[in-house]
Amino acid sequence: MIGLEIHCQLTKLESKLFCTCKANYREFEPNTNICPTCMGMPGTLPRLNKKAVEKATMIAMALNCHTPERLGFFRKNYFYPDLPKNFQITQLNMYGPTSIGDQGKVTVEGKDIRIRRIQLEEDPGRLIYEGASEKTAITLVDYNRAGTPLVEIVTEPDFDNPRQVRIFLNVLSDLLENLGVSDPSLEGAMRADANVSVDGGPRVEVKNIGSFHDLEKAIHFELTRQQSLKERGIEISQETRHWDDKRKITISSRSKEEDEDYRYILEGDIPWVIMDDSSIHQWRQKMPESISSKKERYISKYSMPPQVADVLSSDKYYSDLFEQAHNESNAKEIANLITTDLMGLVDTREKREQSKLIPKHLSDLIGMVNSGKVTRSSAKNALQEIVKTGKSVSDIISSTGLAKIADEYELGKIIDEVISQESIAVQQAKENPQTINYLVGKVMQKTKGKADPAITLKLFKEKIKT
Amino acid sequence: MNLAISAIDYISGIKNGSLTAEEFVAKTVEHIKKHEPKLHAFISLNENAVEQARQIDKKIKSGQNVGEFYGMPISIKDNICIKGGKTTCASKMLENYISPYDATVVSKLKSQDAIIIGKTNLDEFAMGVATEFSAFGPSKNPWNTDYVPGGSSGGSAVSVAGLESVLSLGSDTGGSVRNPASFCSIVGLKPTYGLISRHGLISYANSIEQIGPMGRKVEDVALVLNHIAGKDMYDPTTIDSQNQDYLTGINSGITGKKIGIIKEMSSGAGLDSTVESVFRNAVSSFEKLGAKIEEISLDMVEYTVATYYVLTTAEAGSNLSRYDNLRYGYDLDSEGYEFKSYISKARRNFGPEVTRRMMLGGFVPSAGFAGKYLLKALKVKNKLKKQIQSAFKNFDFLISPTVPVLPFKFGEKIDDPLAMYLADINTVTANLTGVPAISIPYEIRNGLPVGVQIHANNLQEKQLLQAGYALQSTTKIPEIRL
Repeated sequence: MIGLEIHCQLTKLESKLFCTCKANYREFEPNTNICPTCMGMPGTLPRLNKKAVEKATMIAMALNCHTPERLGFFRKNYFYPDLPKNFQITQLNMYGPTSIGDQGKVTVEGKDIRIRRIQLEEDPGRLIYEGASEKTAITLVDYNRAGTPLVEIVTEPDFDNPRQVRIFLNVLSDLLENLGVSDPSLEGAMRADANVSVDGGPRVEVKNIGSFHDLEKAIHFELTRQQSLKERGIEISQETRHWDDKRKITISSRSKEEDEDYRYILEGDIPWVIMDDSSIHQWRQKMPESISSKKERYISKYSMPPQVADVLSSDKYYSDLFEQAHNESNAKEIANLITTDLMGLVDTREKREQSKLIPKHLSDLIGMVNSGKVTRSSAKNALQEIVKTGKSVSDIISSTGLAKIADEYELGKIIDEVISQESIAVQQAKENPQTINYLVGKVMQKTKGKADPAITLKLFKEKIKT
Repeated sequence: MNLAISAIDYISGIKNGSLTAEEFVAKTVEHIKKHEPKLHAFISLNENAVEQARQIDKKIKSGQNVGEFYGMPISIKDNICIKGGKTTCASKMLENYISPYDATVVSKLKSQDAIIIGKTNLDEFAMGVATEFSAFGPSKNPWNTDYVPGGSSGGSAVSVAGLESVLSLGSDTGGSVRNPASFCSIVGLKPTYGLISRHGLISYANSIEQIGPMGRKVEDVALVLNHIAGKDMYDPTTIDSQNQDYLTGINSGITGKKIGIIKEMSSGAGLDSTVESVFRNAVSSFEKLGAKIEEISLDMVEYTVATYYVLTTAEAGSNLSRYDNLRYGYDLDSEGYEFKSYISKARRNFGPEVTRRMMLGGFVPSAGFAGKYLLKALKVKNKLKKQIQSAFKNFDFLISPTVPVLPFKFGEKIDDPLAMYLADINTVTANLTGVPAISIPYEIRNGLPVGVQIHANNLQEKQLLQAGYALQSTTKIPEIRL
C-alpha cells in the first residue's frame, strides 16, 4: 500500500501566510524577505492571509473535500533551526474537522484515491549546507521562505503501484495550475513524501525526494526492499527513510522522528475563521472551469479528438491560449495549431517565459491560412518566428516571404523542374496515381512549404497526363 | 510641586498654565533618582524624558496641536516592546534585546504626547506574584520596603504608588495587574480579552492575557483606556471598542445595581482575617451607595488555579520556545554541540520559575497526558465561562477581595510554589473567562494595603469604572510617605 503527503506552495499569492512579506521568496537575496512577524520576534502576532484561505479552499473543493464549519490553527512544537518560533503554525483535525478540507476523492484512471485531509500551514526557512548535509562543516539559514503559505494534502494509502502515484501527481499538478493557485514547475513548489507498506506490514515513510520521477523510483525501491525482507523472514521496522539521490536507494534516517511528540496546542492568536455558506459559494463561483469540464466541452462543442482535447485542457498555458484565441469557426484549427505545431516550441518553463507569443497571433495565423494567404506548413514556420520575436503575423508573412505561392505560372515552372529531375517517380505516378503525393512533397520542399498544395496537385495531374 | 496628583489634574494643570511638562518631568526624574535605589521599580529609564517634555512645552506655547497626555510621564512594563530600546522581560535571555518596533499601545501613547519615562520591573516573563523572580532583582513595596509589591507587574505598581510616574501599563495573565495594584494601593484594570491590542506584548499565555492600565485614581485608568482600547490590524484577536468614552459619566453612581459577592473568593480557610474585615467594610460601602448585594456561589472557582497553571504553562512552553539562545541571549558558544543538546543546555539561562513552568508546559500537552491535563483544563475553562455568564444574568457586578492575603515579606513564599500560586485564586477567573476586572485600593491596615476586586461582564468597562469610581469615593487612603 502506498499513501502520499504532498506539500504544495501557494505561489500565486502576493504575501506570506501571516505577514505582508512576499510569498515569492525566490527572487530575494538571503534573509531580505523577512519582517519581525515571520522572524517570530517577541511580541509579534500572526495575521492570517484571507486569500490563502480562499485559494486553499479552492483546492479542497477541486479535490471534492468537505470544508469545515470553522477553521482553526494549531501549533506544532519542535526545535529546528529553520523554524523561527520553534513551532510551526499548522492545522489539526484531532479535535474535529477544522482544517481546510477532509474526506476528498480523486479518480485516476478509474481508481479512486481518497484524500484524508488538506491543511494550510507555514513553510519553514531553508537550510543551506556546504556539500552533503551529513558532512557539512557549516549550515546556513535563509528565512526568506519562512512563513510562506503551504498546503499539505494527505491521501489515504490507496495507491497500488508507483505508476499510479506518478499519474496522480501529474493530475494533481495540472489541477493546481489550472486553479491558478500554484506554479508546480517552480523548483520546490510541489514536494511529496510517501508512506509505503507491503501486505499490511509496518509503515515506512520515505522522505527527501527531489522530483516526481525520483518518487516513482523511491517507491519502487522501497516496495522491493520490503518484499525481499519479508520473503527472507526479516522483520520490517516502522521508520523514516531518506531517499539517497546519488545511489538511488532509501536509507534509514536513524532519527527518532516517528517518536517526536509535537505537543499540539491551539493557536489562540488566530481567531476561528467561520466558513459561512456565502463565502464558500462566492469562492466556488470564482473557481476556474475544471480540466475535465473543459475537456468535455472541447469534445462536445468543437468535436475535437479526445487526445487533442486532453492535451489542451490539462495544460493551463495551452488552454488559456486556446480560450483567448479561438472563436466558433476557428476552434478546431487553433487547437490543432497549438497541439501539433506550437507545443515543441514552448514545452518548458524557460521557453514559455521567453516566448513572445500572444493569443492574437494564433487567431491571425489561422485567419491567414483560412483565407488562403499562407499554407498550413508556412504557418508552422511563422510560429517559430513569432515565439522568438513577437512580430505581428502580417509583418512576418511579408518580411520573410512566407506568402503562399498560388500563381499557376510560377508553380508550373517549379513543377516542370521537379518532373525533369524525378523521371522515375513521374513514371510511377502515371501507373499509380497515389504516388503523386511524393512529387507534391518535392515541390513543397523546394518552396519551403509555401506552395499551395491543392493547386500543385491539380497542375501535376494535368502535366503528367499530357 | 506635588507629584502625587492624578492624571486628570496634571492635564488641567498644563491647560491652565500652572504646570509645565518640563517642570513636572524634571521633578519626576529627580524623584526617581532619589528613590530608585530603594524601590527598584525600573529596569531602564528614558534618558531623553526632560528634553521630550521641553519639546512638548514648545508645542503648547506655540499653539500647535498637542496630544491628550501633554507630556505626562507614563511607565511601561518591560515585556511591552518599545522601538530602539531594551525590552528584557526581566530575563537574562533578553538582557540585551532591542525591539525593532513599537507595541501598538506604545505608539498610541506616543502619538498622544505621553512621555515613556521608563521600563518597569517584573517577574521574569511575567511569571510570579512578587517580582522576586526578576533576573535583575526585586522591586520593593513603597508602603513598606520589607514587603513584596506583588506581581508580576510589580515595577509598574511601585512606579505609580511611589510617584515615579503618573500612570503605567502592566500586563495581566492571571492577576498580574490587579495583584500588585492591590499590594501597592493603586487602581489596576484587566480589560475584556481583546479590548487592548497585544501587538508588542511579549507572550506568556496569549489566549488569556491582556495589557492593563494602572493609576492612582479610577478616572486616570479610564483616561488611558480611552486612548489605547480598540481594534488593531496587528492583533486579530482585538475587538471593536466602538469608541466608548470611559471617562464621561464616570461619576454616575451605582444606585440600584445588583452586586454578587463571590462566596468561594470571599470566605473560607485561605482568606486572611484582615483582608476579610477590610472587604466587609467595602461591602457596607457598596450598600450605602445604594447597590443591592447578595452572595453567589461559583463552584468552579475551586478548580481555577489548577486550570490556570495547566493552560498557562502549556502556552508558555510554546511561546518561550523561541528563546533558544541562538537568536536571543547568545552568551554560550554553540561550537561542538549538536543542535538539540545545545538548546537544552542554553535554556538553563532561564530563571527558576520560568524553568518550572516550561517543564510543566512540556508535560501537560504531551502525548498521553494531554487528555488528563490540557483537555480537562479546557473543559473546566468552558464550564467556568458558562457559570460566569449565567451569574451576569442576575448581577451587574461580582466582587471579592483582590488577593486573599496581605502583602508578604520577601522570601516568604518563594520556596513554596503551591502557596504562592494560591495567591492567584481570586484573580485568575477574569483571565480564564475573559471578563474585565478592576482592583480598587480600599484601606491601609497596619501599614499594608488591601484592595477590592470588581468584575463586570464582557465589554462592560464603562459600568465597571463607574462602580470603581463610586467605591473609590468612599475610601480614605492616607498619602504615601516615602
